[in-house]
Amino acid sequence: METQSTQSPVRTAHLPQVTEPRNPGMDLDLDWVRAVQANTSAIERRAATLPGRRSVKKEFQAAWLLKAITMIDLTTLSGDDTAGRVRRLCAKARQPVAPTVLHALDMPPITTGAVCVYHDMIETAVEALKGTGIPVAAVSTGFPAGLSPFHLRVAEIEESVKAGAEEIDIVISRRHVLSGDWQALYDEMKAFRAACGNAHVKAILATGELGSLRNVARASLVCMMAGADFIKTSTGKESVNATLPVSLVMIRAIRDYYDLTGYRVGYKPAGGISKAKDALVYLSLIKDELGDRWLEPDLFRFGASSLLGDIERQLEHYVTGAYSAGYRHSMG
Amino acid sequence: MTVKEIFETMDYGPAPESAAEALAWLVDQGDKFGHYIDGAFTKPGKGFDSRNPATGEVLAKLTQAKQADVDAAVSAARKAQPKWEKLGGAGRARYLYAIARLLQKHSRLFAVLESLDNGKPIRESRDIDIPLAQRHFYYHAGMAQLMESELPDAQALGVCGQIIPWNFPLLMLAWKIAPAIAMGNTVVLKPAEYTSLTALLFADICSQAGLPKGVVNIVTGDGAVGEMIVNADVDKIAFTGSTVVGRRIREATAGSSKELTLELGGKSAYVVFDDADIDSAIEGLVDAIWFNQGQVCCAGSRLLVQEGIADRFHDKLRARMDNLRIGNPLDKCIDVGAVVDPVQLQTIKGMVESNTAGHVHQAACELPSNGCYYPPTLISGLETSDPLMQEEIFGPVLVSSSFRTPEEAVELANNTRYGLAATVWTENVNLALDIAPKLVAGVVWVNATNLFDAAAGFGGVRESGFGREGGWEGLAAYTKPKGKAKPLTKVEAVMGEGTPVDPIDRTAKMYVGGKQARPDGGYSKPVWGKSGLLGHVGLANRKDVRNAVEAAAGAKVWSKTTGHLRAQILYYIGENLSARAGEFAARIDAMTGKKDGAKEVEASIQRLFTAAAWADKYDGQVHGVPIRGVAIAMKEPVGVIGALCADEAPLLGLVSAMAPAIAMGNRTVLVASEPYPLAATDFYQILETSDVPAGVVNILTGSHAELAKPLASHLNVDAVWSFSSTDLSKEIEAVSAGNLKRTWVNNATAFEWGVDQSRRFLQAATEVKNIWVPYGE
Repeated sequence: METQSTQSPVRTAHLPQVTEPRNPGMDLDLDWVRAVQANTSAIERRAATLPGRRSVKKEFQAAWLLKAITMIDLTTLSGDDTAGRVRRLCAKARQPVAPTVLHALDMPPITTGAVCVYHDMIETAVEALKGTGIPVAAVSTGFPAGLSPFHLRVAEIEESVKAGAEEIDIVISRRHVLSGDWQALYDEMKAFRAACGNAHVKAILATGELGSLRNVARASLVCMMAGADFIKTSTGKESVNATLPVSLVMIRAIRDYYDLTGYRVGYKPAGGISKAKDALVYLSLIKDELGDRWLEPDLFRFGASSLLGDIERQLEHYVTGAYSAGYRHSMG
Repeated sequence: MTVKEIFETMDYGPAPESAAEALAWLVDQGDKFGHYIDGAFTKPGKGFDSRNPATGEVLAKLTQAKQADVDAAVSAARKAQPKWEKLGGAGRARYLYAIARLLQKHSRLFAVLESLDNGKPIRESRDIDIPLAQRHFYYHAGMAQLMESELPDAQALGVCGQIIPWNFPLLMLAWKIAPAIAMGNTVVLKPAEYTSLTALLFADICSQAGLPKGVVNIVTGDGAVGEMIVNADVDKIAFTGSTVVGRRIREATAGSSKELTLELGGKSAYVVFDDADIDSAIEGLVDAIWFNQGQVCCAGSRLLVQEGIADRFHDKLRARMDNLRIGNPLDKCIDVGAVVDPVQLQTIKGMVESNTAGHVHQAACELPSNGCYYPPTLISGLETSDPLMQEEIFGPVLVSSSFRTPEEAVELANNTRYGLAATVWTENVNLALDIAPKLVAGVVWVNATNLFDAAAGFGGVRESGFGREGGWEGLAAYTKPKGKAKPLTKVEAVMGEGTPVDPIDRTAKMYVGGKQARPDGGYSKPVWGKSGLLGHVGLANRKDVRNAVEAAAGAKVWSKTTGHLRAQILYYIGENLSARAGEFAARIDAMTGKKDGAKEVEASIQRLFTAAAWADKYDGQVHGVPIRGVAIAMKEPVGVIGALCADEAPLLGLVSAMAPAIAMGNRTVLVASEPYPLAATDFYQILETSDVPAGVVNILTGSHAELAKPLASHLNVDAVWSFSSTDLSKEIEAVSAGNLKRTWVNNATAFEWGVDQSRRFLQAATEVKNIWVPYGE
């Protein structure tokens, strides 16, 4: 099934276009989009029973949690972000786990998947991450609502790419989904993708505002058809962010898209994933529904800020046998 | 593997649930068990090993019950029963609550023991079996509490013999014991010999709960012990297991007055329409046929996919299968565990190997090298004529076929001797709610599968058995109407001689398919009254039965008519009878030589009006199941009902049976009072003028003894009732086993025709189908 072998886990670049042929998109196939179904009750049942069906213990759990760290887009998206705050975050991204813990686990150094910031913080982040291979992701297109003038949203992408962002997290116009204007959504996404150039583009669907899982499935497909490299659940600013049912719907869409086109699109749940245990459930969901190839940072990311802290505590617990405390781990 | 290696491979590792506590409990019991009789364990005796199917290891030694043990258990139950019943619902409810709480407190011990003993994944025993068992006791504690107020006319049956299978050992125990003891019965239960351990732990729980001794008795052993229970002095047998054994039990209990409920096999259809959420439907199949290694009586084992999506569906399904994890049942990260026993494994292998049709795909998952494991299997491209589309495999083997239209889907789904469950996947609510009632099954799941709850009845139709477990409908299996029946008196025809009372010959014919019919054999018999010859009636033979059933079966449309229409027709019959009341009264008096004909006619008219009143009011229910959705308990007609009508009340007996039956949408074959048949033959003239569609009511005359067998053995008759004053109960019930039709026979007791007992008839004339509809956008 795999077209390319997986890369070394300690990679220098996490960009999909480095390891995978990039999704070029395809013509908008409205028949396909409109035929998509998502039965909410059944999807919720699958999501609800998943944590009981999969369990990862001991050294396996430690390894999975380390893997999860390499997939985190360590994020700060606050109005009070400063250069200092961003530099501290980048330092944490470079060295997310205490060397003593890594040493005890006999692991080489690892990094997070990316650092995710607003446009104004890109240069600081790029500078702070120089030489690490950790990409800087910028939220864009009038994040989080996406309601600024279209030409400004496109221009914002271009500015961010110019500033050194290698990943652009765009927000879609929810109104196109809610009014069923799939052509408009497709055109918008295509324009964003074009503006990204070589930077890879994550399409944030803001699933908490799309009204139904069927809409989530259809929007996922349309964004992939328009060339999204990643599809992402949320801005983290909606009242409901990443959930397992939403994730199930989106990754099933990714699977269908891959089956038809042969292109792998990445997945990024964002917002609300703060516990190591939750991260494990997400990874088993990806493993079971999409397969092992997606368990790499070029195809899967967590958009999270507090998840790392909980994972660090769990890893130290695995190493020492004693439950850990937050202050023992460096803050990001 | 090192952390670094796992970081690369991202494998699931082992995640075993500890068996230590469960094994310690077995050691505490000496690894040997006797029976639980009269509140205490007996000394372990000669018996057999209980093994862990995942490893072959012996878990404990169990005792094979002897006749004396079964007798002791039954007599303990018999002794305990009156006091238990007299304790009252509220008193019993406290014990059921206590049992439910104890099950909850020891839930992990039960779960681990169940998985060790049965081979089912710990996830299932932990998240499904044990919680559902608890729920059953909680729910029925409530039923005990409400019994006096809500079922004022019901009383306990007495002692119930209960025989349960090995696929859901504790859950089936709960389904059997909870409603039985809630309603004031006491029980003797035999768990399956492969899986008795949780029943024995349950016995321990009963003692801990302080349950009065003798209320629950548990004896262990093989089928021979089951047979002893069936033949013991019990008032009811409840059996869950194979159709073959169910049929034998039907034959063995025939005419014994023992109540019987059977929950038997199935080959349940899983229908996927082209507008379904395909991925969810595939995930549903995992829960349908790979749940409990497919050893589920209601497993969605027969996949029917609409042609347009069939290829894609099967591709996706095969990919999903390859992702299933099979292995150690105590591992918290597996999907499929071990088959219960090497014998069952061999059966599954044999059935799959004997199949030469279709395309076989076995999941590309690793199997443990030891233990009873069978890979998840799909056999696609089968046709209804292939044996595996018809026979229950009882293993992780799915068979599939395709269909073109909704109509064809229904036909294919119903092309089976079974009728336990069915599943429908479509996003179209019109389609779902149209199809669900048309599927011949006791349970239908819409966009879901294998949903269970104590509040919703479970049970089958056709050869999947009869009776419901759970819900209000399930209580009927453990109660009977209050009061004591009088013994049956044989009513003999009046013998006479002399000239006809009326010189003009009026030959009474039979009534078949809306037409008057002469008897196939060409024989008639005279009907005498005290005053002389009243006329002749035809002597029906088995061919007349055949013709009448054919006509009844053909009148299917009646079952689809509205209650309002059926009510109108019943009122019309009543009015027409009323118009000729005097004539009918005189006829009855002339035949019986008594003077209460007028009263009987008036009562008959009342029965017709009562049935008409019920026709659009005998409502189903919406059960409060713990999902976002509804479980709709629909009352459906049984189908074709054959009845040997009362001899002593020639008109009222016939009308009392006919009216509720047709009010509920059944079609009937009625054999008239044998000594006084002319009221029935006059009555077809009323039917002819009352817009009753052809075939809905068919009337035969002749010998009850002679017609009982062809009627009760006819495979297109769904229920047979006998109120004949000739006691034919045993013969009828024995031959009814052919297609496991529902029976209602008098067991040599008299029926009080003067009292309106319409509710009993309505209940016997309907099946409860539970349609589960989860919803949410």
